[in-house]
Amino acid sequence: MSIDVTEVRRIAHLARLRLDEQELAGYADTLSRILGLIEQMNEVDTTGVNPMAHPLDMELRLRADAVTETDQRDKFQEIAPATEAGLYLVPRVIE
Amino acid sequence: MFKKSVAELAAALAAKEISSVELTQLFLDRIGQHDALNAFITVDGERALDQARAADALRGDGKAGPLTGIPLAHKDIFCTDGIRTSCGSHMLENFVAPYDATVVKKIDAAGMVTLGKTNMDEFAMGSSNETSYFGPVLNPWDPKLVSGGSSGGSAAAVAARLAPVATGTDTGGSIRQPAALCGITGLKPSYGRVSRYGMIAFASSLDQGGPMTQTAEDAALLLNAMAGFDERDSTSVNEAVPDFTAQLDQDLKGVRIGLPKEYFAEGLDAEVGAAIDKAIEEYKRLGAEMVDVSLPNSGLAVPCYYVLAPAEASSNLSRYDGVRYGHRAGEYGDLLEMYERSRSEGFGSEVKRRIMIGTYALSAGYYDAYYLKAQQLRRLIAEDFTRAFETCDVILGPTTPATAFAIGDKSSDPVAMYLSDIYTISVNLAGLPGMSVPAGFDSAGRPVGLQLIGQYFGEAQLLNVAHAYQQASDWHRRMPQGYE
Repeated sequence: MSIDVTEVRRIAHLARLRLDEQELAGYADTLSRILGLIEQMNEVDTTGVNPMAHPLDMELRLRADAVTETDQRDKFQEIAPATEAGLYLVPRVIE
Repeated sequence: MFKKSVAELAAALAAKEISSVELTQLFLDRIGQHDALNAFITVDGERALDQARAADALRGDGKAGPLTGIPLAHKDIFCTDGIRTSCGSHMLENFVAPYDATVVKKIDAAGMVTLGKTNMDEFAMGSSNETSYFGPVLNPWDPKLVSGGSSGGSAAAVAARLAPVATGTDTGGSIRQPAALCGITGLKPSYGRVSRYGMIAFASSLDQGGPMTQTAEDAALLLNAMAGFDERDSTSVNEAVPDFTAQLDQDLKGVRIGLPKEYFAEGLDAEVGAAIDKAIEEYKRLGAEMVDVSLPNSGLAVPCYYVLAPAEASSNLSRYDGVRYGHRAGEYGDLLEMYERSRSEGFGSEVKRRIMIGTYALSAGYYDAYYLKAQQLRRLIAEDFTRAFETCDVILGPTTPATAFAIGDKSSDPVAMYLSDIYTISVNLAGLPGMSVPAGFDSAGRPVGLQLIGQYFGEAQLLNVAHAYQQASDWHRRMPQGYE
């Protein structure tokens, strides 16, 4: 199976990546090659095999619903690109 | 002095042959002298000397432990409060984490001195350290060759003795492969053994941090400090941490070493194979019993990994949006454009490739064919190991199919690069502990690595088997020319 330029545009949009026209063909080619590698998986019949997400099939540990963090907003925001009154600034979203 | 292992340095410090401040200055000088290797992204001499002074004071009060005052380098993937953590990327080029990773906290608590942060493939995605925004790391054995990746900086630093020990991370081989290519020892612990809190995430079900050292003994000492349950890591396993040095000197009589036939088949370079064969003979002399085993689904480990890892990466890297930290584009119109420009400017091409493949595999209509299928294959690969371990205690094979390749050789074809992880990847998929130890050189003088794979939480036995080999050989003491 191969990936064409239209598909690359769709994936790039989902991934919030901006690719210019020259890059698109290159990505289509490389991604198709990687897909070729991945499709070797179909050589094995995995019907009925239980998918594995974790080596011990561990379930996510829960913790008490209690506050354990302290307010470190100023420290965390020292490295922010743009803030105001403790809020992160981004381009207008709501008209 | 700089050639000493961590265990030897601890003895030298205890005997007052040298102070931690002098030792730290010695390594800082070496790092400066060998800047061309490009092993470090950040060096913080002032902070290191402060830590060294504190360590010397602790020793003066009689409170020194086995690692107190010993310098080390951290792979630039571990968050260090107050020191830049770049993850080898333009995206985090100016990122100073406001907290320490658990691994960093534990190593600081053991009294070690942090020299700096080592170079790495961008976001840990690579097998050659060529994808780093900060340039490739040169192999100290031959500057035209890659150091391996993604923990290339840590591997080169230890090989050149710019630091006696370093931390690394391993998702598909990123500790073991550069250790093999640079002629040092590296250990990837069992999944869940070492906390991932503060370790910048690549593939959450595969990532593990571990030590990169000169010896198995040093790896055991470091693992003692690094391992342990952590509340803050939801995948941390609550398993008791034994003293990993306790079993080191046990003899190997009766230990069964499994040799998977798939690891000695085509694709393995003849000289690498010959070195591994010699090591097998040595293990027989040490009293171990060789057992033939089979890992039939090995061939599908690479395709399986290159679905799972990029898929998890695409999810983990979605946090880099230019909003709260990291690179934000200088010019943009609306929010979408801010996201797209920040991400496209911040990430390099290998990272973008993997995000794209991961996004594709997880997108509607493809999830079952790719991600789910890969998870099923993962189960089969893990079961191969469980079956093999019914007849052996530890598995042995080459770490890599060939020795270090030239810089630029594989960077044009990602698939060729991916295939160099062929022996290491299954170990991450199964969550097992794995090590690489030096096992000789090829005719061009390039290091060969031997891989040992242990049972889940079986690091003590793994380290014992590695240590026994290092008592009977001296590959791990060799040093590259120009660095002695």
